[in-house]
Amino acid sequence: MSTEVALQMARGTSTRQIEHLLRRAGFGARPDEIDFYSEMSYAQAVDALVNYPSSGDDVDRFIGQPGFVGTTTRGVFSPNSNITDARQRWLFRMVHSDRPLQEKMTLFWHNHFATGYTKVAGTLGATEGTRYMAAKSADDPGHVQGQIEMLRANALGNFRDILVAIAKDTAMLVWLDGRTNTKAKPQENFAREVMELFTVGVGHYTEPDVYAGARVFTGWNLQRPGTASDGSQHYEFLYNAGQHETTAKTFSFAIYPDGNKTIPARGAANGMQDGLDLINALAAHPNTGRYLAGKLWRFFVSERDPDPAFVERIASVYQQQRFEMKPVMREVLLSPQFIDSAAHWARYAWPVEYVVRALKDVGWTGFSVDTALTPLSNMGQVLFDPPDVAGWDAGTTWFTTGAMLARMNFASTLANNQKFNLATNVKSAGISRNPDSVLAYFLDQIATAPLDTGVSSELSAYLRATGAWTGSDAQLQAKSAGLVHLIAGAPEYQFC
Amino acid sequence: MQITRRQFVKGGVAAFTVTFAAPEVLSDLARAQGTHTRNLVVLYLSGGNDALSMLVPYNDGAYYSRRPTIAIPAGQVLQIGSDSSRVALGLHPRLTGLKQIFDQGRLAFVQRTGYENQTRSHFLGTDIWSTANPNNSQALGWVGRYLDSLPSPVDALVGWNTTGTQPHVLQAGHTGVPAISNPATYSFNSPNSGAEATAERNTAISISSHMPVDRPELAFVYGTTREALSTLNRVATVAQYSPSTTYPNTGFGQAMRAVAGAMAKSIGTKVFYVTTGGFDTHSAQNPNANNGAYFNLMATLNDGLLAFYTDLKNQGLLEDTLVLSFSEFGRRISENGSQGTDHGAASVMLVMGGRVNGGLYGTAPNLNADPNNPTLENNAGDVHYETDFRSVYAQVIDNWLGADSASVLGGNFKKAGLNFI
Repeated sequence: MSTEVALQMARGTSTRQIEHLLRRAGFGARPDEIDFYSEMSYAQAVDALVNYPSSGDDVDRFIGQPGFVGTTTRGVFSPNSNITDARQRWLFRMVHSDRPLQEKMTLFWHNHFATGYTKVAGTLGATEGTRYMAAKSADDPGHVQGQIEMLRANALGNFRDILVAIAKDTAMLVWLDGRTNTKAKPQENFAREVMELFTVGVGHYTEPDVYAGARVFTGWNLQRPGTASDGSQHYEFLYNAGQHETTAKTFSFAIYPDGNKTIPARGAANGMQDGLDLINALAAHPNTGRYLAGKLWRFFVSERDPDPAFVERIASVYQQQRFEMKPVMREVLLSPQFIDSAAHWARYAWPVEYVVRALKDVGWTGFSVDTALTPLSNMGQVLFDPPDVAGWDAGTTWFTTGAMLARMNFASTLANNQKFNLATNVKSAGISRNPDSVLAYFLDQIATAPLDTGVSSELSAYLRATGAWTGSDAQLQAKSAGLVHLIAGAPEYQFC
Repeated sequence: MQITRRQFVKGGVAAFTVTFAAPEVLSDLARAQGTHTRNLVVLYLSGGNDALSMLVPYNDGAYYSRRPTIAIPAGQVLQIGSDSSRVALGLHPRLTGLKQIFDQGRLAFVQRTGYENQTRSHFLGTDIWSTANPNNSQALGWVGRYLDSLPSPVDALVGWNTTGTQPHVLQAGHTGVPAISNPATYSFNSPNSGAEATAERNTAISISSHMPVDRPELAFVYGTTREALSTLNRVATVAQYSPSTTYPNTGFGQAMRAVAGAMAKSIGTKVFYVTTGGFDTHSAQNPNANNGAYFNLMATLNDGLLAFYTDLKNQGLLEDTLVLSFSEFGRRISENGSQGTDHGAASVMLVMGGRVNGGLYGTAPNLNADPNNPTLENNAGDVHYETDFRSVYAQVIDNWLGADSASVLGGNFKKAGLNFI
């Protein structure tokens, strides 16, 4: 029996399902997470992931503490005003949060409402750009809540509420130019994308809908209250009645439950209701649930074509539960398509999923997440900077040759960093005398999709390639690091 | 499901289970052919290029009345004569290098390129320009289909994508295109050195030769890994390239430098993909001021292309090179309230190279906001296309790549008079 078959058999069915769940609903599992969730049935584990408490989120206070993955500071660690530090904070949370689904959904929403730091910073400056993307309101003198913090707070919230919040979000008002949407010259950028990418999808709206939508959001601009001297001055949403276009707006789809397609002419003072009416209509549009279901399918289940039964099921829960994402996500994670063993290891891991899982599997002591930022860029994913408003392409498009080399080279960097720890662990496991035990140990630690036939023998041959096995400290360090590099760089590890 | 931009092409992944990237030994073949390889550089201007700010109809009064704050003054444009409809045209003032190339007869503009019922969506639009198929935006890319049509075995470096992610236009059924954004960092690192590092690399190469059966997604990643490892040595030679001129330190400039390096090192690549972005100028488009948004876009484009042109000319490679640009749409004729322009329809394509018959192809739109103006559409809001973009592709496929455009494009799109190459 080959090593990998033995390993697969050794892992019980329930353990495999829990690990699958944690790879998809989280970013893989630290040893303590495996222990915690393995005590539960699958359904209990789903409940624990979905029903994380609404308060007491304290993962950030461990940043910089011993025993956790490191961060690199240049002066003072400033994740609310420096984008590099904001990226480090988010990676830290992905590794150490005890609410993995919250971080995973935040990434989902970041990709869904894909807003690019570069444009926001180009418009408002780097410090302010970071602030509107990432600031924690409790830390900010003007109580600014950056977009990612808003999405994180609403990670399993109500989709309609998220749409309202995103339409008023400062970074979004800069990113899609809503801040300049005025009655004389309506601005189409947000109106188009809110239909094409955030709700109903292409084919379910018309060009005249875009023009009408632009008029609906006229006057959804920015103001700048607060005072400069105490740092409280900031940009925030303003409904600017004087810039709202007040005539009626007619759409190709129903705006109101009675089927009426026209938002009536309203006085400017009440004109903000236009936008709320349109958002309500888009949230309730029959295709929005399907569109979201398709995106949830690709993010959580599979990158093959969505199963129509899944899409209809999720869309109907979405409608029945009035756009609440918690029951929707519960349904996704309990769906037969998700649980099916054919779905295990079937999805291409995104670069951040790959990097964070590698840290959880290989080890993080003495490693700074800052070291992962350039590799992530080379793999095609820069947090806070998706390529455009449609988010990352994902799927096969992650796997260009350059990106694959970046993954292999990240595995090399991490293995090199963890060399000493890896060898120490092998020694404490008491297996340093036997290279095949060492191989089995690492294949267990760094679980992959089932290895292709013969890969395990090639890894075994590698352990013997440069001379007889002695189990010396020097050999253990070199071979452990080399083996970890090869496993985490293998095609089978690029899935989740 | 609705159309999405997710480029998960049916059959595309499955096809990779039965194909493979050619091993390094083929590089000799590629090198032998190298010096006479014709290169196509596909340049994507991402975001929707505002053709009217690039190629300005500076005698059209409606251009000024409809763009009160962002029109380029007639006195500022770089005049390049008139098109066949006698509309006088001028280049954006920052395109001084392109003006030189135009004057040397090596740059062509194809005006009003697009297609019927042009989409205003970035993503659907990019998919359509990439697939050359307005009816099936999820099809393989047209360049990918061309690569698939080459006799096998196809060298692993037949294409070179200078970006980090795979663009739809390169998506092929069974031909992988390596993504090499920086030849200097395109390497296989190791936590060890010496014999240990060599053993690791040999093991990685050996593992990558596997072709998993009945696991198409895994086979795809194996294929990519194999392709990456098999191209390392040749790409390393490009990293050693010393250009004959200085390239601007922009992403686009450095990408063009890498392309020139690949050509100069004769590694056999036939198709390159480069992109420069930021063309989605909804607000503060500002084409006039130094460091204005569109002004900067033109600076990046101009300086990168001029350096490339100059370098290739110095190296005697210009005659082997054709650059073809596209963008997902042109922009609205009238400016919006944010001193920008929203999504429009027809745009302009650039063709540059040593064998290009330079000049102005097609005719400029008349910008008069009359709903019956035949050169416009959308209630005279947008420019209506005159030349199907596939006619431009067809000319390149037939007359430059030496392939059959009807089979690559799935129909005959040849257009008389479009003889820029």
